[in-house]
Amino acid sequence: MALIRSSSPHLHKMNQTGHVMRLVLMATLPGMAAMTFFFGWGTLINVIWASLLAVGFEAAILKWRNRPVGFVLRDYSALVTAVLLGLALPPFAAWWVTLVGVFVAIVIAKHLYGGLGQNPFNPAMVAYALLLISFPVEMTRWTVPFVMIDAESSWSVLSLFDTLSLIFGSIDSALIDNYTGATPLDALRHRGGLTTEEAWRQVPVLADGIGAWHAVSAAYVMGGVFLLYRKVFTWHAPVAMLGSLTVLSTLFFIVQPDYFADPFFHLTVGGTMLGAFFIATDPVSSATSNKGKIYFGIGIGALIFVIRTWGGYPDAIAFAVLLMNLTAPFIDQYTQPRTYGHAKANRGMKGDA
Amino acid sequence: MTEYLLILISTVLVNNFVLVQFLGLCPFMGVSNKLETAMGMSLATTFVLTLSSVCSYLVFAYILQPLDLAYLQTISFILVIAVVVQFTEMVVHKTSPMLYKVLGIFLPLITTNCAVLGVALLNIKKQNDFIDSIVYGFGAAVGFSLALILFSAMRERIAVADVPAPFKGSAIGMVTAGLMSLAFMGFTGLVQF
Repeated sequence: MALIRSSSPHLHKMNQTGHVMRLVLMATLPGMAAMTFFFGWGTLINVIWASLLAVGFEAAILKWRNRPVGFVLRDYSALVTAVLLGLALPPFAAWWVTLVGVFVAIVIAKHLYGGLGQNPFNPAMVAYALLLISFPVEMTRWTVPFVMIDAESSWSVLSLFDTLSLIFGSIDSALIDNYTGATPLDALRHRGGLTTEEAWRQVPVLADGIGAWHAVSAAYVMGGVFLLYRKVFTWHAPVAMLGSLTVLSTLFFIVQPDYFADPFFHLTVGGTMLGAFFIATDPVSSATSNKGKIYFGIGIGALIFVIRTWGGYPDAIAFAVLLMNLTAPFIDQYTQPRTYGHAKANRGMKGDA
Repeated sequence: MTEYLLILISTVLVNNFVLVQFLGLCPFMGVSNKLETAMGMSLATTFVLTLSSVCSYLVFAYILQPLDLAYLQTISFILVIAVVVQFTEMVVHKTSPMLYKVLGIFLPLITTNCAVLGVALLNIKKQNDFIDSIVYGFGAAVGFSLALILFSAMRERIAVADVPAPFKGSAIGMVTAGLMSLAFMGFTGLVQF
């Protein structure tokens, strides 16, 4: 009998980055399917195009910096960034919009800081915010759900070939006008004097099309719950974020229901669920400790409500996440947990000056 | 009261002096390598900014305007700011010699912090009254401190990251400042000014 002496832990699990990232990719599948079902082939094309670009940029940079290309590419993190960006972009975003976005995400937001694990900002959200500021027309041209295009036919999205030519070819404005419209967030923001309730009854996208957004959000929740179950992230950041968004919007809705949107609307429209489960849980750019994650989530939820309600941009997820990414290192300074053997946590500034 | 709150939100978030109006970038890049110095600098700048916006308002309203010397405002504000900074320097030297040593050259350099002169001049241009000027100066200082402290906490982390050699140090700092500014653009439209 061989006596092998090895130190604890004796039970261990292979929890490699690539494994975690593959789970995240899997969890985006329901959301991707729902987006494709309601908004057409555009999302799928965007995701594939962004993934190709992301892998290309990542390989080029790694080669350039003399890093092991194959080893790093196998951690799938570039793919996760690309898929999240592809899901966040409008389905009819032109090919060069995605190109600029992926370049900013992979080259500037990720590899300029040294690659995976060292980027202070979430790469996909940096790209999204930059695109929203630089190309507001392209970024706010959202597709209408198929139920609103033609009530008679069963699945009247733009055909695969037409979508391809729209994304990679020239923009045909007549074609695009038929298939695009305001998002619910836009519709409720620019409602021209209607009360919230009147807007719900009269604005077509709110009256007829809102179900599409609800379904997509539900699909993202499915993915999120799957990741939570597989312990890819803890509950702290998403619950804190959704909680603070709910509490704030409920308070304002109770005081003035004619002017403010109801909490359910805030939770189920736009990128809230994508943000809560796939963006706010980014292990790199969010706060580190559990307590820190709660503060981080609360901040995102509050900022989303503030920017959506009073700000000038259609959706607030990207900005809210970036602003909290900014504060994450500072939050970490003050939420370091007590380590075993120390009476007090080592918090605050550690300067010797 | 609402008016003052709006001025505060506007100066701290929407028109943040560092990240949106690009004033006071020298201390923003220069003193942000360590969180502790950044905090000291923030306190000193807050003190100077609030005090100097008060003093420059008084100088403008009670000396320059009655004597019809409004065209001397820039040079007289510089003088006022220099006096306030000198006063702050003496206070810091006496009360916290350690901080005085750490801040070093940057303490007297608050004189040339363009945000300080910018606030004094903007107060006149916006025709703010006395209380408005105080709130405006204080808000500008809080915005400056917020940006500086968050930036320094971030730079402490970036300092240990595997940044490509040509981008090490100030270069990546500039990129980060640009991305911070991008994030702050999210506040656009919160307050109409």
